[in-house]
Amino acid sequence: MSELLSLEDVHTHIGRYHILQGVDFDALEGKTTMLLGRNGAGKTTTLRTIMGLWRASAGVIRLQGEPIGALATPAIARAGLAYVPETMAVFSDLSVRENLVLAARDGPLDDARLQWIFGFFPALKRFWLARAGNLSGGQKQMLSIARAIVEPRRLLLIDEPTKGLAPAIIGALIDCLKEIKRAGVTILLVEQNFRVAQEVGDEVRVMDNGRIAHSGSMAELAADKALQNRLLGLSLDAHQ
Amino acid sequence: MSALEAESALPRQKVDIVPALLPIIVALLAAPLIGSTSTFVTLTVAGLAMGLMLFTMASGLTLVFGLMDVLNFGHGAFIAVGAYVATLVFMPLAAWAQADSLVPNIGVILLSILAAAAITGALGFVFERLLVRPVYRQHLKQILVAVGGLIVAEQLLYALFGPQTIALPLPTALRGAFVVGDAAVERFRILAVFIGLLVFVGEALVLNYTKLGLLIRAGVENREMVEALGYRINRLFIGVFMAGSALAGLGGVLWALYREQVHASMGEDLTVLVFIVVIVGGLGSVFGCLIGASLVALIANYAGFLAPKLALVSNIALMVAVLLWRPRGLYPLGGR
Repeated sequence: MSELLSLEDVHTHIGRYHILQGVDFDALEGKTTMLLGRNGAGKTTTLRTIMGLWRASAGVIRLQGEPIGALATPAIARAGLAYVPETMAVFSDLSVRENLVLAARDGPLDDARLQWIFGFFPALKRFWLARAGNLSGGQKQMLSIARAIVEPRRLLLIDEPTKGLAPAIIGALIDCLKEIKRAGVTILLVEQNFRVAQEVGDEVRVMDNGRIAHSGSMAELAADKALQNRLLGLSLDAHQ
Repeated sequence: MSALEAESALPRQKVDIVPALLPIIVALLAAPLIGSTSTFVTLTVAGLAMGLMLFTMASGLTLVFGLMDVLNFGHGAFIAVGAYVATLVFMPLAAWAQADSLVPNIGVILLSILAAAAITGALGFVFERLLVRPVYRQHLKQILVAVGGLIVAEQLLYALFGPQTIALPLPTALRGAFVVGDAAVERFRILAVFIGLLVFVGEALVLNYTKLGLLIRAGVENREMVEALGYRINRLFIGVFMAGSALAGLGGVLWALYREQVHASMGEDLTVLVFIVVIVGGLGSVFGCLIGASLVALIANYAGFLAPKLALVSNIALMVAVLLWRPRGLYPLGGR
């Protein structure tokens, strides 16, 4: 399995704060790589740095071997990355349809792909013409993810998609992520919910203080409670 | 029902219609105070014409602010340049303007509008690249740079055209008024209303039914996400800034014809009025801008007739009243 994305000694400064302090990791093609860690470990900063929303002050970011760290955000997106931010960032003044039309930058919406999305997000079909600002939190999250997959992309960067959502919605999102995985899409997923991480993750990278503290398979971490405690300060049992 | 459909109830969207009705409410309140129906009609049509001219000038400014977060206090410069361009077009085409026929009369106005929009749009490109781009996200510097740009533009106009007021008489067929019943409605004002409405409908169509419009609306709300979707927002910024400047130039032509004169400080004079319109309407909102412009103009006209001394402060009073009621203006982006 080849590396789709790799970060080598990536540093990011925000103002006078040194957030990423030499991040090294890779995301394998076709796999879901979980990026875990405590609050403030640098997970969101890592995703934003990959997308070029914050500039890396040092280090190299490669997409299939090609450096992308110097590219502007639109160019990075056009290289095949899609970003689902923690805030969801749906355009609230636009309808569900308009949000997806904008996301489909290569042409008109593909009907077959749309039906595929409606298969796991039926609410989007139902509220097709509704203003996105009127959707519930869960529906906004669905729209945000749908926007990222409305056209085929090489890598999805998803930041805490289950944050603040009801358990029933989380279950549906897990199904959706599994379906996207089955379609062969590579995912880099930041998640605080260990159950979600365990269900969808193939690989795991754990961050601490702006660095990668652990790399390995998700199954290995899920099976090792002592490791979970040491890395994340949690026990899987508490999240079941 | 699936888990996702369980969350199926959408909160009803309240239609916020009261601000849109304000111009009608103001007109209805003014009508009995004015007394004479013919005077009321004349004042109202004049107010609407003035309002739509203000809207034309201000709508570009509100979009520039909403999308780019740029407070362009230099917007008035484009209004003044547009007006001067009209004088330059009218000069060689004096025969068209003086012809006793509507076609050449409208032709000279259309040519003026096209020339003014092209020149102010091009100047907007230069202004954005040289002055605005280096100070994105720095409001204080934006104000200083934009006001500086306005002063420089005004002084350049003085240097090029002299300090005197230049007369710009209306084309022959647009002088005078139609008499409807007992009310006199000036011909040019009808044309101004028509052009203003055309601008509004055009903007509404572009913003609501084109991908470019979607991008502008999305960019007004979240520039970063538009970039993350793969769109180069800087190009959009330049395009919107040029369009906003071109609209200011177009508004300048209409205003110059409305006043039948042009002077170098007209941009500076109108800047305050245009900012009041944008603030009253809600920063970034084109529809709010239309309502704000109509309100400002109608109240100025009614106050000018009913209590001339009050007319001087009517705009400020309106802005204070609106901001006390809705601190972000009548139709701010993202709701109240």
